Amino acid sequence: MQRIGVFVCHCGSNIAATVDVSKVAETALMEPGVVHAEDYQYMCSEAGQAKIAAAIQEKGLTGIVVCSCSPRMHEATFRKAAERAGLNPYMVEIANIREHCSWIHKDMEEATKKAVILMRAAVAKVNLNTPLQAGESRVTKRALVIGGGIAGIQTALDIADAGYEVDIVEKTPSIGGRMSQLDKTFPTLDCSACILTPKMVEASAHEKINIYTYSEVEKVSGFVGDFTVDIRKKARCVDMDKCTGCGVCQEKCPSKKALSEFNRGLNTRSAIYTPFAQAIPNVPVIDREACIKFKTGKCGICSKVCQAGAIDYEQKDEIITEKYGAIVVATGFDTINLDKYDEYAYSQSKDVITSLELERVMNAAGPTHGHLERLSDGKAPKEIIFIQCVGSRCSDDRGKPYCSKICCMYTAKHAMLIRDKYPDVNVTVFYIDVRTPGKNFDEFYRRAVEQYGVNYIKGQVGKVIPQPDGKLLVQGSDLLDNRQILKEADMVVLATAIEPNPDVRKIATMLTASIDTNNFLTEAHAKLRPVESPTAGIFLSGVCQGPKDIPETVAQAGAAAVKAIGLLAKDKLLTNPCTAQSDVLLCNGCSTCENVCPYGAISYEDKEVNDHGIRETRRVAVVNNALCQGCGACTVACPSGAMDLQGFSNRQIIAEVDAICR
Amino acid sequence: MKYSYYPGCTLRTKAKDLDVYARASAAALGIELIEVEDWQCCGGVYPLGSDEIATKLSSVRALNAAKEKGQDLVTMCSACHHVIKRVNDDMKNVEDIRTRANNYMELEEPYAGETEVLHFLEVLRDRVGFDELKKRVKNPLKGKKIGAYYGCLLLRPSKLLSFDDPENPKIIEDFIRAIGAEPVIYPYRNECCGGYISLKEKDMSKNMCEKIMASAEGFGAEMLTTACPLCLYNLNKSTGAKLPVVYFTELLAEALGVKDEVKEEVQK
Repeated sequence: MQRIGVFVCHCGSNIAATVDVSKVAETALMEPGVVHAEDYQYMCSEAGQAKIAAAIQEKGLTGIVVCSCSPRMHEATFRKAAERAGLNPYMVEIANIREHCSWIHKDMEEATKKAVILMRAAVAKVNLNTPLQAGESRVTKRALVIGGGIAGIQTALDIADAGYEVDIVEKTPSIGGRMSQLDKTFPTLDCSACILTPKMVEASAHEKINIYTYSEVEKVSGFVGDFTVDIRKKARCVDMDKCTGCGVCQEKCPSKKALSEFNRGLNTRSAIYTPFAQAIPNVPVIDREACIKFKTGKCGICSKVCQAGAIDYEQKDEIITEKYGAIVVATGFDTINLDKYDEYAYSQSKDVITSLELERVMNAAGPTHGHLERLSDGKAPKEIIFIQCVGSRCSDDRGKPYCSKICCMYTAKHAMLIRDKYPDVNVTVFYIDVRTPGKNFDEFYRRAVEQYGVNYIKGQVGKVIPQPDGKLLVQGSDLLDNRQILKEADMVVLATAIEPNPDVRKIATMLTASIDTNNFLTEAHAKLRPVESPTAGIFLSGVCQGPKDIPETVAQAGAAAVKAIGLLAKDKLLTNPCTAQSDVLLCNGCSTCENVCPYGAISYEDKEVNDHGIRETRRVAVVNNALCQGCGACTVACPSGAMDLQGFSNRQIIAEVDAICR
Repeated sequence: MKYSYYPGCTLRTKAKDLDVYARASAAALGIELIEVEDWQCCGGVYPLGSDEIATKLSSVRALNAAKEKGQDLVTMCSACHHVIKRVNDDMKNVEDIRTRANNYMELEEPYAGETEVLHFLEVLRDRVGFDELKKRVKNPLKGKKIGAYYGCLLLRPSKLLSFDDPENPKIIEDFIRAIGAEPVIYPYRNECCGGYISLKEKDMSKNMCEKIMASAEGFGAEMLTTACPLCLYNLNKSTGAKLPVVYFTELLAEALGVKDEVKEEVQK
């Protein structure tokens, strides 16, 4: 028989205002096995923990129940307190009488009744608890960063500077990401390439960093500290070691009609290409869909002109397998597709462009060499209208419900840059709200209005109407002036909502990392663990977790790196002992558990068993405790009751249910 | 292909051409349009009052008649299509309206939105297919620059009507291509003509129609085509018929070479 202590927490008034805590403690004394019960204002405080320790030692308790907040809050606290007092930490159970009771009920009598029931269930469970020992697993001292934008680069640099090996896997031919496409950055207006390129070079030159560009993560297995990852290195058709980056192949390539991804499809590139001048590595790839050699078998000019002999049309995709202790996701974002926003005439007029396209237009290396001009006829615009929140803060299913966060600032930036460089151009911005929280952000926006004379109109645009003469008529409303506006423009720029890179769904599935309804990766705790995924060993960096600007992305990238370093610095990890076990005598080898296990932790072996004197060899389930995450799916699926979860055994669960129904 | 057919009142009076050319074209395409017996006026405007079912019953009767025959219900007029499609959606999804309408109708089997409502343009696109239509055209309207005028009723509410993209529709343009003419895409093709406001505020409707006409003309249209009698009326009335406006069925009949056969019937 266990000797159980019950500790009821007031949590200030959080619990005590709705639950009669002393009554819960009194009732507990009548439960089988309970030899001690008390209530206290804050059980999690030093004094509260001391009370628990004292009771364990004085009364020789073998198990305790703490009636308090959610186990997600303080289970670890109380387990540690119990351990310090000499009790096995797995002999501690939490009855959640706060989130599950006091916070959601108003009536004291009812809430007290429910708290008593929750306490009883926990006592019933502890009566059947057995001491468990956490195992150990090793930590591979190497990190994987998925995505080579500013988030991934910063995370990799920080991890590498701490002395750990890092691999960056980047899908496109170069690292750099979205930031490399930007012209200037707010609020300081420094050139994006000027501040990014040194970081790219540093990452590429860092002895601890290994970069796989034009590569994708193909498969992930394993668990925190010991992930095994297959990386597909797509065939570049150019030998990375031989290529000198001279660029002659790109110059001579006769196929020049492929749309440039880097310039958002606003101009074309050759079939063999590096996305931009500062690309790292400075080694081109052959776009097989555009390459004449691949399409017709004839051509081969790049191979002929390459002095280094680096062109290799026969190159195949290569899969490499690496081990990692930690994985950081930094997959970034893209702008949403505007098909559902045809009222803005994006598909109908070349002079309606997205803000990211404007970045390329404004950039000296862009399709117009930095000249602000209409893409339809190359004429200099005199009237430019910006439309904010295109697809952001959208209440129907056409767009995104969230604020994309960066648009107010970059629109102010664009407006200011245009007014500065082309003072005769009128700039108007239609907005719902101007949101500029951030250091020196509101000052920046006010400068656009006050110093640069940008015309801000509060109101939304209903329609952009291309005119026969090529102008654009913008129909909107001015909510402050309460009037309809019909304004002619030469160019319209859409502050298009951003969304997580579409690949993130696939990657999240491989990592068993959770994502929300908008495809942003979910953090382990919205406030207290914002850079960790709920899946152990997976960390989040940049916009894959939620909309962010560059300073925030860099800050989060550093935070994710620190969390990864904290993990890599450990030699061993304690494993969760609450894993499944199979009873060989009950198992009939049906494979049901293997099929439901999401972690691939169950396999089958032929084992010799002694079933009441009958010795025979049977095919039975075996759980790999290192892989098992203790989800319990197998225990419910097992038709013969052979599968059981330590710490959450079938008997314990039934005892809890019985206690609740009593 | 047999369909139940709901012509609607205007198609018996002002918009005879919409109806007559539709029937002739349908026959030429091997589509049998069987007029719903004793059909009644749809009301012309979808009744928004949710506590009143009387204004929805004529639609329900037509819908149920088609259901009893096991046929889809084809409409020709944008307004009728709009009303009947939306009432059908109410019968399918709004329990209160369904119950009360059925209580009143006392049908052998209650009606719950089973009938599929198709505008004749949808029949051409989804059942005949524009590629097939193109093959059947005897007299392609080569060189004609035609602007499609959609108006509002066929497109919105877009999820419910599920006719085409409300901001950038293309069904009539595809139709124009199929009959050998050249569609002129202009931005006001999905703007409102004013509808019934022309009864009370002539100037407002005139203003709206003039914008539509000017935009179409500016982009090079020589004529406009529509499926809606009220749009056609407003466009013609308020702008002094700058560009001719004809029903799409007239163009179809011409392309299929059956227009002359029924011309007299229209003028009756």
